Amino acid sequence: MKALSRLYIALILLFLYAPVAVMIVFSFNSSSSVWVFEGFSFDWYKGLISDTTMLTALEHTLSIAVSSALISTVLGTAAAVGILAIRKKLASSAVMSITNIPMMNADIVTGVSLMLLFIFVGNLFGLHESLGKATVLIAHITFNLPYVILSVMPKLRQTDANLVDAAMDLGCTPFKAFFKVILPSISTGIITGAIMAFTLSLDDFVISYFTCGKYQTLPIVIYNMTKKSVTPDTYALSTIIFIAVFVLLILYNMLQTKSEKQAAMRKVGAK
Amino acid sequence: MNKENIVQLKNISVAFDEQVILDNLSLDIKDKEFITFLGPSGCGKTTTLRLIAGFLEPDEGDVLFEGKKINGVPAYKRQVNTIFQRYALFPHLNVYENVAFGLRIKKLPENEIKQKVEEMLKLVNLSGLERRHIDTLSGGQQQRVAIARAIANHPKVLLLDEPLAALDLKLRKDMQKELKKIQQQLGITFVFVTHDQEEALTMSDRVVVMDGGKIQQVGTPQDIYNEPQNAFVADFIGESNIVDGKMLKDFYVEFSGAKFDCLDKGFDKNELVDVVVRPEDVDIVPVDKGMLTGVVTSVSFLGVHYEIIVDIGGFKWMIQTTDEHFVDDKVGLYIEPDAIHIMKKSEYSGLYGDYSSYSEEIDHLSDIIEEE
Repeated sequence: MKALSRLYIALILLFLYAPVAVMIVFSFNSSSSVWVFEGFSFDWYKGLISDTTMLTALEHTLSIAVSSALISTVLGTAAAVGILAIRKKLASSAVMSITNIPMMNADIVTGVSLMLLFIFVGNLFGLHESLGKATVLIAHITFNLPYVILSVMPKLRQTDANLVDAAMDLGCTPFKAFFKVILPSISTGIITGAIMAFTLSLDDFVISYFTCGKYQTLPIVIYNMTKKSVTPDTYALSTIIFIAVFVLLILYNMLQTKSEKQAAMRKVGAK
Repeated sequence: MNKENIVQLKNISVAFDEQVILDNLSLDIKDKEFITFLGPSGCGKTTTLRLIAGFLEPDEGDVLFEGKKINGVPAYKRQVNTIFQRYALFPHLNVYENVAFGLRIKKLPENEIKQKVEEMLKLVNLSGLERRHIDTLSGGQQQRVAIARAIANHPKVLLLDEPLAALDLKLRKDMQKELKKIQQQLGITFVFVTHDQEEALTMSDRVVVMDGGKIQQVGTPQDIYNEPQNAFVADFIGESNIVDGKMLKDFYVEFSGAKFDCLDKGFDKNELVDVVVRPEDVDIVPVDKGMLTGVVTSVSFLGVHYEIIVDIGGFKWMIQTTDEHFVDDKVGLYIEPDAIHIMKKSEYSGLYGDYSSYSEEIDHLSDIIEEE
């Protein structure tokens, strides 16, 4: 039985990661052949560095990912606090469902509808080219928000409601109490939310495709490259993105286990 | 303005969603006293505490601090500090920083904070644990940190919301003594909330018994126990047999079909009253010497004494005695005049004081339900 289950896991990992592994291996191929590995080289990575289209796209992607993650983290945290403060059960769950819809919604629908909105509003202001950095940023914030809210909300729920009272009792204004007491206790939720937002923004293709105009991000540039012919520099780029996301996910998981451990400790301590 | 009263509550009413929590409540709290709000859950005791702390505003009535009205003054501007039921320690800070929290808000110089924190930790016997994380402390230690954190700010009034409820019995007893000691050492007013009558009696200078959003009685522990004002107080504090009686004249009362000398006066002739007799004040004597006679229906051994239930003409009395008796024994009861306490009839008359449905288990169950 044990051997069987191990085999099962091995097969799953193989199917999941074989394509990525092949891509990584071929990104180090010295020729552009997709069939034969002719020798190890960093040529494709070196090529990337001198490729200005690629570098601009990378810069766009990072700039959008960082700023959308930051903005959606701030907005999402504020939203989570606000939603929990709603006294009426029905109203609060209604607001929660509304914020969750962008997450469930098909990317293509979100993308097309955002594009229409941006063009419509742009026309109202007499702009010919309304799509660009601003619109893709707004779009990314939109789809990041629910993820941030979802990762902050449970931390906020776990926080003892008496903590704010205690802080105010000791002389804090409500505003100060939030920053001194609530923010530190939900910090792991905020950081995981920010990492989620960053990774989601980093590899988004569909929504960016409809909203970015000429401000092309990396996934879009890669897609355009593959329309002509797939070259190993695409593999190199994809490898970099894969590794970046992989590292972030490991970080995310480490934070999660750390906060779970803390919660468990707290339970023991309370007894 | 009376300088002796540090906190005054005047005609306070509070309602949540149409439900009345406090009903026209007035109370004066004296400077430097240990006063306890005692009552079952939902009686309004915690609400009263939150009014004084400033977490809640009354719908009607005034809260006065040192003679000045403080309605609308936010919690962070009041000279009171609170110890919360589940401590509400800051989990991201260590022991030192928790205690220093209020001092840092006040922006005191670092050396003064250090000195103050060390003094407080010494007072609550936690010296040496400054760097420990809150999560690694036991319940009793967390309790001590909560005390140190609250008194580090030198409040004029310390509010304690069932602070010992989460501790086990032994630790609770120790902390009761220690809190009393700290109160005397600091010489400040303690306002303590509990549903544990024994805790209230052992610690307090004065006890405020509450039920249904109203104060039932205010007095010293001795007053409350010996001279309860109505059936609720008599039943809530200790065990009581409460029977219907008739005041024949001053110092003479009739109940359970017999007539007794007593020490109470000032009632109308033949006024109907509630008569309280504590279980420990009844002597069991041979049937022919008894003022009342009855049949033993149950016996339980509690260590210090036996608790026996005696049926007297259909009404079940609880009696505590060190002598052993057996079920179905016929016994006589002898009651001294000073064991009888007469109360005016109240809305609580007839609700308490009969042990016909009494059982140990039910008592335990209601204890668990009382936990909020």
